[in-house]
Parts: sequence; structure tokens; C-alpha cells
Amino acid sequence: MAVPKRKMSRSNTRHRRSAWKAVAPSLVSCANPACDAKHLPHRACGECGQYGARNDRRQVL
Amino acid sequence: MPTPKKGARLGAGPAHQRLMVAGLATQLFEHGRITTTEAKARVLRPVAEKLITKAKKAELGTVASLHQRREVLKTIRDKEVVHALFTEIAPRYAERPGGYTRITKIGPRKGDNAPMAVIELVTEDYAPTQRATRPATAAAATPAPADEPVTDETVTDETATDETEEAPAADEAAVEAEEAAVEAEEAAAEAEAAAAKANEAAAKAEEAAADAEEAAAESSSDDTKA
Repeated sequence: MAVPKRKMSRSNTRHRRSAWKAVAPSLVSCANPACDAKHLPHRACGECGQYGARNDRRQVL
Repeated sequence: MPTPKKGARLGAGPAHQRLMVAGLATQLFEHGRITTTEAKARVLRPVAEKLITKAKKAELGTVASLHQRREVLKTIRDKEVVHALFTEIAPRYAERPGGYTRITKIGPRKGDNAPMAVIELVTEDYAPTQRATRPATAAAATPAPADEPVTDETVTDETATDETEEAPAADEAAVEAEEAAVEAEEAAAEAEAAAAKANEAAAKAEEAAADAEEAAAESSSDDTKA
């Protein structure tokens, strides 16, 4: 079985992990004027549970 | 493991997947709306719509009702649900040509971050949507070609009309400019009026008037050559 020849240095470990970057998702504001919360685009709003265009919303959740 | 031509295998064998989808379809027709993962909803949708189509066929009386009911019972084992599908759900969709279900994404699930969705039976009355009218697109298409020759005309006016590509428009401008030039070469107002007429033919406003004056002087020299 193949095994590592050397212990991986703390520096190499940290260099590798420094490349793991979190990216903030782009959000849209809810079409419901009474709610106006931020949620993921093309998803139902988590606050009020509505989905759809501003004049054609429906309650999903 | 054989994979479906379309859609996800859902991490199970074919028989297991059939059972899972059958259970989802049963719950969908029982409750009208279910929350599940997006992949399962996408696999469920065509299955559920085909079942509704079978129920519709039996309801409309085009084919034998009992046969359709037995076909649906191959998927949905619950006879109460099948009865509700044939007697309550199918008549609602008599007018609707497909599209009986709706999937709405609701974001990732806590725990495993799986993308979740709500699949539901459409309850609204069917209203045929009007297709976009073609005259609007045609009207939008015509101004674009009309603008380009005008810009080319101004370019050719600036480049001393050596390029004869814009022959018709340039000739009309040249004829009227010649008449204006014969009457009074120094009368700038009449030249502008003639240029305005030429520009109206080319569907362009007074922006090219100054250029047309230059064209008039140059076209007179060209006409002496011709």
C-alpha cells in the first residue's frame, strides 16, 4: 500500500488550506413589499414563504 | 447499475427507485403538495403527470376506464388515493393540456445542505396564455436597418463620396443638392432645406445637415465631372 514518505509540514498544510475560500452568495430582496428580506434568487423567500414576480406572487411554504 | 436515460438514479437500484417514486406520487396525490429534494421532485414530475393523464383519459371516456385504473394501480397501490385521483383530481384538469404539477425551489436543507423543493398540484384554473405578437418584433427589427444606412451616409459624406456603395441615397441627395446649388450656391438656408428633404428620405434628422452642405459642394464638383 502506498504511504506518505514524510510528514506534511505545518506550512504546507496551512498553504493548502489557505486556498479554501468561502464566497458570499448573491442575494435578491423579496418581491413581497411587506417582507423585503434577502433570499437566494429563484428560490422561495425563507421569511414570508412567497415566490414569484412582484405582481404574480404565491404562497409556497 | 443501469442509469435512467433522463433524471437521477436517486442512489438506489431500479426497483428501489420505482418504489420511492411510487411513494412520492401517492403522497403527492393524497396531500396535493409535498416537500422533497429537488432531484426527487424532478424525477417524480413526469411520473405523476402521466398518471394524471391516464386518469383524465378514463374521465373523458375516450378509453376503457377500468384499464386505466389498473394501469395507475401498478404505480399507486392505495385504492383510496387512486379513487381520489380519478374522481377529484382528473376532472379539475379537463381543460389543461399538461403541466399539472409545479416545482418551486426553496433552498438548501439544514443538516446535509440538499437543495429542497416543493412539488404541488396546480390548483389555479387553466387560462391560455397569449403568445407574443410578431408585429412588435417586426417593428423593432425595421428601425435597426434604417439607422445603419444613415450612419454610412454621413461617413460617405465625410469621405467625399468617393465610395459609390450608397448610390441611391447619395444620388437623391446629389440631385436635390444640385438644384439648390444651381439656384444659389451661397444660399445656405435652401441648402439646408434640401438636405433636410434628403435626410427625411433617409429617415434621419438634422444631424447630417452640416455634412450634407459639404456633400452639396462636393457633389457639384462631381456633377461637373459626370
